[in-house]
Amino acid sequence: MAKATKTKRASVTVRGPHKMPVHLFVNRQDYELHVEPRRTLLDALRKDLGLTGAKKVCDEGTCGACTVIVDGKPVYSCLTLAIECEEKSIETIEALAQDGKLHALQQAFIEEDAYQCGFCTPGQIMSLKALLDENPNPTLDDVKRAVSGNLCRCGAYPKIFRAGLRAAEILRSKKGA
Amino acid sequence: MRNFEHITPPDLESAVDLLSERGTKSIAGGTDLLPEMKSRLRSPRRLVNLKALEELRYLKHNARKGFQIGALTTLAEIESNELIREKIPILAQAASVAASPQLRNMGTIGGNLCQSVRCWYYRAPEFKCWLKGGDTCYAIEGENKFHAILESSPCCAVHPSDLAPALMALGASVHITGTDEEGTVSLEEFFVRPKASNRQMTILGANELITEVQVPMLDGDSSGIYLKAMDRKVWAFALVSVAVQVSWDKERVKGARIVLGGVAPIPWRVPAAEEIVRDQAITEEIATSASEAALEGAQPLRDNGYKIALAKALVKRALMTLAERAKK
Ligand SMILES: Cc1cc2nc3c(=O)[nH]c(=O)nc-3n(C[C@@H](O)[C@@H](O)[C@H](O)COP(=O)(O)OP(=O)(O)OC[C@H]3O[C@@H](n4cnc5c(N)ncnc54)[C@H](O)[C@@H]3O)c2cc1C
Ligand code: FES
Ligand code: FES
Repeated sequence: MAKATKTKRASVTVRGPHKMPVHLFVNRQDYELHVEPRRTLLDALRKDLGLTGAKKVCDEGTCGACTVIVDGKPVYSCLTLAIECEEKSIETIEALAQDGKLHALQQAFIEEDAYQCGFCTPGQIMSLKALLDENPNPTLDDVKRAVSGNLCRCGAYPKIFRAGLRAAEILRSKKGA
Repeated sequence: MRNFEHITPPDLESAVDLLSERGTKSIAGGTDLLPEMKSRLRSPRRLVNLKALEELRYLKHNARKGFQIGALTTLAEIESNELIREKIPILAQAASVAASPQLRNMGTIGGNLCQSVRCWYYRAPEFKCWLKGGDTCYAIEGENKFHAILESSPCCAVHPSDLAPALMALGASVHITGTDEEGTVSLEEFFVRPKASNRQMTILGANELITEVQVPMLDGDSSGIYLKAMDRKVWAFALVSVAVQVSWDKERVKGARIVLGGVAPIPWRVPAAEEIVRDQAITEEIATSASEAALEGAQPLRDNGYKIALAKALVKRALMTLAERAKK
């Protein structure tokens, strides 16, 4: 291997290990938290901001209940460090209903009866929200793929798929109206 | 998870300098590292956030060099890239069947190649297995349904990456940067069987980083396929996978690269099978003997004999599918 050329070392930013201020932009609102670097985004949302919509189940990337949208993409908040989300836009299930009116996805989940215990639902809906934001005309396969990282132990999948498609229809008809 | 200092390096050079200090680890997508830290398999005192290095997030293509993929490129970016889908679909396929959509939005190609094995003894903090510096690979005599059927000693864990077999079939290399050295090595040199003096599946030193994955231009008429067998349809590691890339002279094979995943501690290239298909038009007979050759020497452990039949079937199916397509 070749020798790398050395240049002058620029400055590094070191934060933690103790609590420090972390700025998050959640559901179009700024927050300042005091947390350690090890704080996951999920714990920051649930414990520091009281936003308990995202659920903590496996805490290791194997269930999807903690799904939130970061900069337009669905991610697992249990495997995301809060400190690494500064200057990003975070969306959680709490932002979906506006002025007391349910989001099309929430409405469709009710109409299609797309849950039993409801524990996976916020995650399912956030995955579908990211899909519909990007693709207003999804096929059944697109919907299936979008929630393929969200387990439902109650097995409500067929209804979740239908709810995804129905929400797309609702959104399209609203746009057309 | 134990607490740590979180460090944002201004550039690559400082990142590798920082990594030279003991107790320091790099974090990219964090999808593999954070679960390891939560279960206290690793407790680094300092994390160096590679995501701050925007210069490692790119996907370039040109007719001379082929593809250059920055280490921070996510699996989702690879899966959806039009040029990759058109020119090296085998890589898009491998990325698209890895993990789940959320994990693909988070996980990077660099982290994918450097991820730890999924062996349950390795992942359980209460077992000090050989790979973690102990004396015994508990899986060799224990529960080994998902373990290796080739080269299963001294450790029979398999490398879990989906991208690695596909990239190896494409003849890819990685560019590595360390504190005072840098260079490019093929994936065949990058992945190594673990040994007592290097208890990991790569040659990477603690203060070295993959900065780029390079996929060379393919020979004129070339096609490839990645097939992955899983316990369930999605969001599972491969039981066995196969990556095959063939260059054609009309319907005859000019050359083939055949790589198996999930069968050995490293992505497992099978030259004997490649030799059988070379200069041939693939018939069912030839595909069958290639699949036999690919698994020659395989020695199942107590619970994983099924992998032999599965791997043979995948090799055969991959070759037959490519041959069918070549006729069209
Ligand atoms: C539930 C689950 C299912 C999964 N399923 C699959 C699957 O089916 N197929 C599959 O292939 N993978 C799977 N994965 C593994 C997934 O973690 C990887 O696919 C992902 O790409 C890792 O990338 P990362 O950026 O998140 O790595 P990180 O977690 O950030 O890093 C992993 C390791 O690599 C090191 N590292 C990171 N980047 C570099 C670099 N540039 N140079 C040197 N070292 C580096 C880190 O220090 C760390 O040790 C799964 C993971 C989970 C949690
Ligand atoms: S809690 Fe995050 S995936 Fe299960
Ligand atoms: S509704 Fe119960 S887990 Fe999905």
